[in-house]
Formats: sequence, C-alpha cells, structure tokens
Amino acid sequence: MFALYVGVAVAILLIVLNIVLSKISFPKEGRILAIIIVLVGYIYWGFEPFAHHEMHPHVEEASFAFDGKQDVAALEHEGKDATETKAFWASVLKTAEHKGDAVAGKTLFTANCTACHSMKSEGFAELMSDADAAASYGVTPPDLSLAGKIYDRNFLIAFIANPVKAMHIEHKYSAGGEKVFPMPASDSLQPQEIVSIVAYMVEAASKVPAPKVKEGASEFEISKAANKEVFETACGRCHAMGYAGIQARTPADAMSKYIGATPPDLSQYIRSRGDHYLHNFINDPQRKLHGTGMPRVGLNEKAQEQVVEYMTQVGDSKKDEREALGPKVLIYLAILALFSFLWKRKIWKDLH
Amino acid sequence: MAEFEKANSIGEWFDQRLNVKAFTKVMMTEYWIPKNINFLWAMGALLVMLFKLLLITGIFLLMYYKPDVNLAFDSVNYTIMQEVGYGWLFRNIHGVGASVVFLIIYIHMFTAIYYGSYKKGREMIWLSGMLLFVLFSAEGFSGYMLPWGQMSYWAAYVITEIFGGIPFIGDELVVWIRGNFYVADATLTRFFMLHVLLIPIAIIGAIAFHFYTLRFPHVNNEEGEFFDYHAESKKYLAGDKAHSKVIAFWPDFLSKDIMVIALFMVFFFYLVFYNNGFAMDPVNFDKADSMKTPAHIYPEWYFLWSYEVLRGFFFEIGGISGKDLGLMAFGFAQGIFLVLPWLDRSPMVKPANQRPVFKYWFWLLMADLFVLTIFGKLPPTGINAWVGFFSSITFLGLFISLPFLSKIEAKMAGGK
Repeated sequence: MFALYVGVAVAILLIVLNIVLSKISFPKEGRILAIIIVLVGYIYWGFEPFAHHEMHPHVEEASFAFDGKQDVAALEHEGKDATETKAFWASVLKTAEHKGDAVAGKTLFTANCTACHSMKSEGFAELMSDADAAASYGVTPPDLSLAGKIYDRNFLIAFIANPVKAMHIEHKYSAGGEKVFPMPASDSLQPQEIVSIVAYMVEAASKVPAPKVKEGASEFEISKAANKEVFETACGRCHAMGYAGIQARTPADAMSKYIGATPPDLSQYIRSRGDHYLHNFINDPQRKLHGTGMPRVGLNEKAQEQVVEYMTQVGDSKKDEREALGPKVLIYLAILALFSFLWKRKIWKDLH
Repeated sequence: MAEFEKANSIGEWFDQRLNVKAFTKVMMTEYWIPKNINFLWAMGALLVMLFKLLLITGIFLLMYYKPDVNLAFDSVNYTIMQEVGYGWLFRNIHGVGASVVFLIIYIHMFTAIYYGSYKKGREMIWLSGMLLFVLFSAEGFSGYMLPWGQMSYWAAYVITEIFGGIPFIGDELVVWIRGNFYVADATLTRFFMLHVLLIPIAIIGAIAFHFYTLRFPHVNNEEGEFFDYHAESKKYLAGDKAHSKVIAFWPDFLSKDIMVIALFMVFFFYLVFYNNGFAMDPVNFDKADSMKTPAHIYPEWYFLWSYEVLRGFFFEIGGISGKDLGLMAFGFAQGIFLVLPWLDRSPMVKPANQRPVFKYWFWLLMADLFVLTIFGKLPPTGINAWVGFFSSITFLGLFISLPFLSKIEAKMAGGK
C-alpha cells in the first residue's frame, strides 16, 4: 500500500512541477526531462530499494557485545521462556569479570582441550587426519592457534561453559534431544579456570606470526593472506571457497551427515548476499535465517571484517580495478559530452 | 559495362563505383526530419547506440562463455569476471545495457503513444517497432538464462511453464521448448543459440525495416503537424534554414542525437561502474539448483508489468481457474499494444495533453503500468494480491474501452 501512497505523491509532485516550471517559462525540454527523471526515479525506487525492503524484513544490526541480550530479546519476542538463557549469560558476564592466568591456563588447556583440538602454533599437533576426525566427531574440530585473536572473549567463555548456547543452536541440540553436540559443556571447570584457558589462548594467538607472503608482495596480497588465515579458521572447516582453491576441511559427505545439508561454497557470496547481509548474518545466523544449520561462530568485529573483506577479495577481485577505472571513463565521457554539446550548438545556430 | 574514366580522388573512385554522393544525399544530407522536435526524438539513435554496445560486448563475452550447465556459471563469474582482462567491464556493460535498453525502448514507445506517432500512415512504423520490442524481449529472456544462476534457472522454469496453459498442445509444447521434461542442458544450449544467432539476426533485420518504414510517412513532430516536405526542403536547400520546417538527418538531426547519446553515456557508465545490482540480480550469483526454489521469483524489472497481469488473477471466476484467466490476460497484454493504431479511432494526431479524452487515458495507463511494475516484484500476498488484481483489470479495461473513448473524442473534434 505504501508504494501506492508514494505513487500518488509522485503524481501530485509531477502536476505541481509541471505548473511551476511552465509559470517560470522553464525550457520545455527541461520540463520533459524533469518529468522523466521523476518517473524513472519512482519506478527504480519501487523495484529496487522498496522491493528489497519488503522482501527482506529488517533485523537488528550486528552486535559484538556477546552479552546474550539479543538471544533473550529473540526468545521473548517469540513468547518463549528466556529465564534459563538470561541466567546463563548473567553467569558468563560474571565469569568474565575474573582475571585469567595464562600460565595456569596452559596447564588446564593441555589437560582439557588437546585430546580433540590441535593448536599447531604451540606444538599441539592434530591427532587424526581431517577425514578421520570428521568421522569420529561428526565435524573436524578446529585448530585453536588463532582462537584467542579472532573470537570474542565473552564468546569464548560462554562457549567453554556451554557450546550449544553460545553458538545459538539450541534448536538443533535441545537438552535431552536426539542429537548431541560433539563438544560437551564443561560443568567441572570453575569460572577462574575458564578465564585462564581463554587468557592462554589469547596469549598463544598473539605469538602467531603474520602469514608468509612472497617478497615484494603488494599491500593487497599481504592483506589477502592475513584475511585468508582468518577465513580458513573461522569458516573453512565447513565451507569451500572454490574460486580461491579452498576446500572445506570436513569432507562433504561427513558434513551433510552432520548438518543435514552441504554448506554452500562461498566464492560468490559477496555478490549474492552482499556486504551488509553478510555482516548481520555471520554475527548471528539465527537472527537472519531462522532454523539454519549454521552456528554463531563468535567472531569479534575485526575478524568478521577480515572474513567479509576476504570474500570480497576473492568473489569481487576486480573491485579495486573497477573503482580506479570508473572516474577516468566518466571524465572522458563528460568531456565528450561537452564537445558534442558545443558542436550541436554550432550546427543548430543556423537552424533557429 | 559503362566506360570508367580515371578517378581524380579516392572519393571520386568510390563515387564511380558506388554512387556514394547520391546515396549520401538520399540517406543523410537530404533525408528530411521535422525541426519541431525535442530530445525524445533522440531515443531511436540512443537505442542504436545501446544495441551496438550490446552486440560488441556480446561478441567478446562469447569468446569465453561456455554453454553447458556444468561450466556456464563459472565461465561467467570466474573466467570472465575475474580471469579475463577487463572481462568484468564487458559483462557489466552487457548486463546493464540489456536492462537500460528496455528503459529507452519504453520511453521511445510511450513517446510514440503520447504524440500519436502510430496514426495516419505511420502504422507500419508502429508495427515494426512492436516487432522489435517482442524480439528484444525474447533476446533479454534468453540472455538472462545464460549465466545459469538461480534466477536464470527459475525464470526459465516459470516462463516456459506458461506455455503449458495453452489448450490441447500445452504440455507437449513445454517439452518441445525445453528440449527435455524439465529445464536442463538442452534448454540452455538452445536458448544460447537463440540469444547469439537467430534473434540478433532477426533484430538487425527488423531495425533496418523499422528505418525503412519511417521513410515515406516521415517522423512525426511535436504538434503532429502535417506539412509539405517538398516545399520545406526547397526552402532549406535555398539557404533559408531558419524558416524551413525541416532539418537534414546529417548533420542537423544527428548532431543533437550524438549530444544526447554522449550525455546519456555518462549516466550509463555510472551505472556500469557503481550501481549495477538492479541489472544483475544478487540471487543470480547463486548457481542454478533445481532442488532449491528461491524465496521470491521475479523477472527483470522490464517484464514486471506483464508478469503482474499474469498473476493478477488468483481466484476462479465463472468456472475458469485463476491460472487460466491470468494466462488469457497475459496473452492479451502481450498482443494488445500491437493493434493500438486500430484501437485509437480518433483522427487527432496531437500530443496526448491536447486531446480532450485521450489525455486521461494515457496518464491512467501510465499510472497503471507503474503500479503493475512495482507490485509485480512484491510477494503476491494479502493486499498486494488485490492491488495486482485491480490493476490488471484496469489494464484490460483501458484497452477494451479505448475504441469507444476515442470515438467520443472523434465526435468532439468533429463538432468543433
């Protein structure tokens, strides 16, 4: 209905415009041009921004606070009981107040995490091949070398305490349900111990050197290599990126068994979903696409920007070239238009 | 064979063999165009320019495109967009050009309707123009399939399915068009052939014919005035260009066309570089997947009005299903513009705003087409479905009532 009201407004605008322009003896061709611009503008607005707005309902913008407020709001919006979720995030925020001890964290990490997880930068190697790990756990467990750098601290604390709640995938792994998430919630760890493990991960990640690039690499290549590292850790266990030669670490058949579908290749997602959608989606997939198999991965703002930038660097690799060439072409055409105007004026001088 | 004397210049050499001077006079310097026109008369030349851009970029794209369901998507989005030098530029020009060419076609077409340029001896101009519209529509539809994205696939599915509604032969016809029981490799390869061979040849022929149809009735002018071209051209040739009602096709008319084209190209290339999402739908950057229907299926913007007429009838009326009614209305919408010269029975050749009845008809039609276009993209649920229904009814009603309304106008004009 809104589009119709705007249409009526446009019609009134046109009539007023026409009357005003004819009163001030505005050139007739200018009046015709003004009418066409208004009409084309209206139709463009209708089938592009307005239609997209109607087809893709607005969701809240991405938030990197990881304090559970959005989860609670979502549950309350659906009219569901949010008491448990509220209590969980309250305890997470309370835990986060503790100060971690990286040395103690290393001991705890060795005892609690390395049976399944590798951390290659610290010498904790993978115990199985990707395929075997996928067969054992359902999905290949992540290497945690970069975890302290790319994931939000609150999220990591929440994750260690209760992975399913942190990732916002209770709809797939409900308590007492058929499916069990491969990583158990750690009921035995004390809050102080959890923050110490996180402190250790942060310290370990800070020691990881920047990825190697060939000598004389351009700024673009250096940033692309750094972004690729984040992308592979954050997304590469499930998603392929064919145009960059990246295959998902978990084999496709294991993946489809684990999640019920093969996660899409992300090569063209920057074009098909766009920057804005990806930012909101990655931040909390459930909010944008209710019921999706993709968990919230808990990337902090910087890491998420790197992921989206990498998707742009791969999926829209000529963006820089396009943006550099654009002004030149437009200036050339503007000069051409100027000369064609002068020529036309010269020819038409004799005709009037 | 005629005696050929030694030519004194290259021009003379060609003139002896091709009669270039006389040909240039007939086609350019003494081809007369009315002076009383505005920039809307430049849309024809602008369309020629856009068609050239499409043809040239199309030829380059053809060098790397692979018409195979397994290869098409990556040949466009990886090879052309990322590997080939400036391949992205050629694709963007082609994609944006295909969309913008319809904008200019519509402006061209509604200019003709507004100024009554389909009447009194100009019927063949109108008919050949509408033939071009049909050919461009087929070209646009077949080309949209080639990147083999989700929208390519599902638009192909929905549009070919429409033919299934034709009585008796529908089901067989759909299979015949698709070359398979569903949209498949055979569908892609045949629409590829249509897009790069048969339809472009037909378009080039139709353009030539369209130009030819202009020759005898001459281009209409801003006031729909009829005058003696012979007398006016004599004035022009005698040097009294200022008082002659005609101008020469070259350089007078084309100098203005070229100015309009150059100005438009600034806007066009702005779209090519910075705002091409409207012409290259994001959904089409997902590879075609016959198992996954997109949440919303819609055609490109220039087909939205007729798509909305197709789905405007969503309930049974008088024992005929909504689907069949929609199909009939759709067929009506496709064909009705073609017979416009015979629906408008008023003899007035004037701008719509100077015609007592037609002006309301024209602006109502415009408003209705805008509503159809905008609602054609929205999900047809709730109030949207009803807006679609009433605007479709309005569309049909406008064309059915035109012969009567224009007759009234004819009487009013006759009474004056």
